[in-house]
Amino acid sequence: MAKAMAVDPRYYQITVLGSLLIYGVLALDFEVTWSYVSIILTSVLGTQWLCSWMTKTVFEWRSAMISGLSLCLLCRTQSWQLAALAGVLAIATKFVFRRGGKHSFNPTNIALVLLMLVTEGRVWVSPGQWGNVAFFAFLMACLGGLVVMRAARADVALAFLTSWIILIMGRSLWLHEPMTIPLHRLQNGALLLFTFFMISDPRTTPDSRAGRIVFAMLVAWCGWWWQFRMFGTNGLLWSLAACSVLTPFIDWLLPGPRYDWRQGIKSHPDHHEKIPAPSAGGAEPALPC
Amino acid sequence: MKKSLLLLLAALSLPFRAEAFCGFYVARADSKLFNQSSQVALARDGNSTAITMASDYQGDLKEFALIIPVPTVVEKDDVKVLEKALLDHLDAYTAPRLVEYWDPDPNLPVPMPVMPMAAFDAFAGSPKRADGARARGVVIERQFSAGEYDILVLSAKQSDGLMIWLKENDYKLPEGAEPVLDSYIRQNMKFFVAKVNLGRQAKEGRTWLRPLRVTYQSRKFMLPLRLGTVNAKGPQDLIVHALSRNGRVEATNYRTVRLPSDTEIPEHVKPQFGDFYRAMFDRAVAIEKMSAIFTEYFWDMGWCDPCSSDPVPMRELRELGCKWLKGDDNNRPEQGTMFITRLHIRYDREHFPEDIVFQETGDTKNLQGRYVMNHPWHGKATNDQGKRYFEELPKRQEQWAQNLARLTGWKIEDIHAKQAAYKETAKPKHE
Repeated sequence: MAKAMAVDPRYYQITVLGSLLIYGVLALDFEVTWSYVSIILTSVLGTQWLCSWMTKTVFEWRSAMISGLSLCLLCRTQSWQLAALAGVLAIATKFVFRRGGKHSFNPTNIALVLLMLVTEGRVWVSPGQWGNVAFFAFLMACLGGLVVMRAARADVALAFLTSWIILIMGRSLWLHEPMTIPLHRLQNGALLLFTFFMISDPRTTPDSRAGRIVFAMLVAWCGWWWQFRMFGTNGLLWSLAACSVLTPFIDWLLPGPRYDWRQGIKSHPDHHEKIPAPSAGGAEPALPC
Repeated sequence: MKKSLLLLLAALSLPFRAEAFCGFYVARADSKLFNQSSQVALARDGNSTAITMASDYQGDLKEFALIIPVPTVVEKDDVKVLEKALLDHLDAYTAPRLVEYWDPDPNLPVPMPVMPMAAFDAFAGSPKRADGARARGVVIERQFSAGEYDILVLSAKQSDGLMIWLKENDYKLPEGAEPVLDSYIRQNMKFFVAKVNLGRQAKEGRTWLRPLRVTYQSRKFMLPLRLGTVNAKGPQDLIVHALSRNGRVEATNYRTVRLPSDTEIPEHVKPQFGDFYRAMFDRAVAIEKMSAIFTEYFWDMGWCDPCSSDPVPMRELRELGCKWLKGDDNNRPEQGTMFITRLHIRYDREHFPEDIVFQETGDTKNLQGRYVMNHPWHGKATNDQGKRYFEELPKRQEQWAQNLARLTGWKIEDIHAKQAAYKETAKPKHE
């Protein structure tokens, strides 16, 4: 187990997201209580367990924990029922919307988008909560970069970030705005969180590198369009959910090998964790989610 | 005479008025405390925004002009001149407040908790131009008058054309305004320009400028700050009263922070509450490196506790653009139908480079800048309970001093000295 901890990138993600949550609550005065955190974490872990039991797959608590911590960082609501529902939706959608052994949507992203869509403002995201202190942005970039490199999907994060910088800088150049404006927009913790912890989710992005780059550019453009042409908020969250629908098409157009969290574990010669056998009647292997 | 273009300005405040409640409201920190402060009301419902600006312009009215970038062409019906008292009332209603309590006789049995006193329900109702414009690529989209103001709604193709046109028509722009105008033009924004019609102003016999309310339909929920930072001498303070239908309003591109509240502070602060609040706000701004927006008040307009002024009737709120309210003009809104967020922003070009973008959240948890002062009991202990009270009292007073030092950054030694001096002069209240 200790060796598994040393190689599975999800432990890094859990540590970084957990640290950000503690930092947010203690230093940035996030309106997140520990009871709120426990409701969300209980709901994601409970739903994961239930869905694993129903589908006879291994109970994979690490991915559920990542979704839960991300929800704690992003999802804001006054209703504990809606907080619990966010956790249920995040996990349940992984099991319901699946294609070819991977899920169609980033769990946190789809839960937030669905709830923002149907609750008439009772669930919201505060993109300004991180502020834009450069030091903090830099720190998050390093921590996030570390996670992504371990997850071997740095390409999607870098392609997205490059596209986003071009769009933000390009717009400001076109509008003859001083460069302090795009820099202010880029020095944002919410952007880095999205880049390194959401769009880079290897279980939802296209399989091939070319596909992932196309996907990242598409997400950046749609998010930019929503935010700066339609003057909506949370452009990137809406954009990622909408573009995820196109992932199967991108995979068909630009096929590639599928990502498996166990790749890193498999590569370790001394690893003894049991990998479940494919389910008896199912066409898909019973992979942990 | 050239007219100086101003952006967002001013605030005044109602005379002091005390209200009884559980505890006693004694002072408030309204917008008058801060130099170079402006006040704006921003009513938002769906895609409709009504922005009301008050000006504290003190100079020659001949030289006054106001320019606001707006997302759409504004029609005559969308502009209204309002009474200054409306914004003053909002300012007084939402200002951070000092409340005071007197410790009861510690020797008496502890009473059962009682429900807080109900909020108050009843209250007293309280030419050449056009040709030149075309040549400069400037289009006068609308031209009309409203109260003492002459209004122009302009669109332009090039900022240099607009600059030249404004100069030709006696408007004086601060240096550095052109690039800002340019970026607004490229965003297809229009310019709402108001100047005072001296004839009408004199006829009405008024010596001050009334606030202007401009309503427009746009998905943009923002406050254009950038023109106001051009050539500004140092940071400026802005109070935004955001009036919303569902919940608290916050910024999406800057951090929105709650100011420390509900803190107990020493008695001697009472006569210097203004100094205390300024020091506390200065410190909060410094801690956030002047990059945050502060929420000073957020409450359901259907009730208040304590009310630091008369409740705001629906007539006034409708005047400010809250068209969704239903019911009698003289009543306050029904609970759950109308919220007010008071945001305090200290800004300059360096720390607030872009216009503030807002969003309405589903947050309905009340918040008010409230600072509590307790007056100790001055009698004698006659039983064990009374003795315990006097044993605990120095610890409580030390905590109040520490709170004050933490909030304001004042030296603890100075606070202790003032506390000691106050104790000498404090007259027993209960004897």
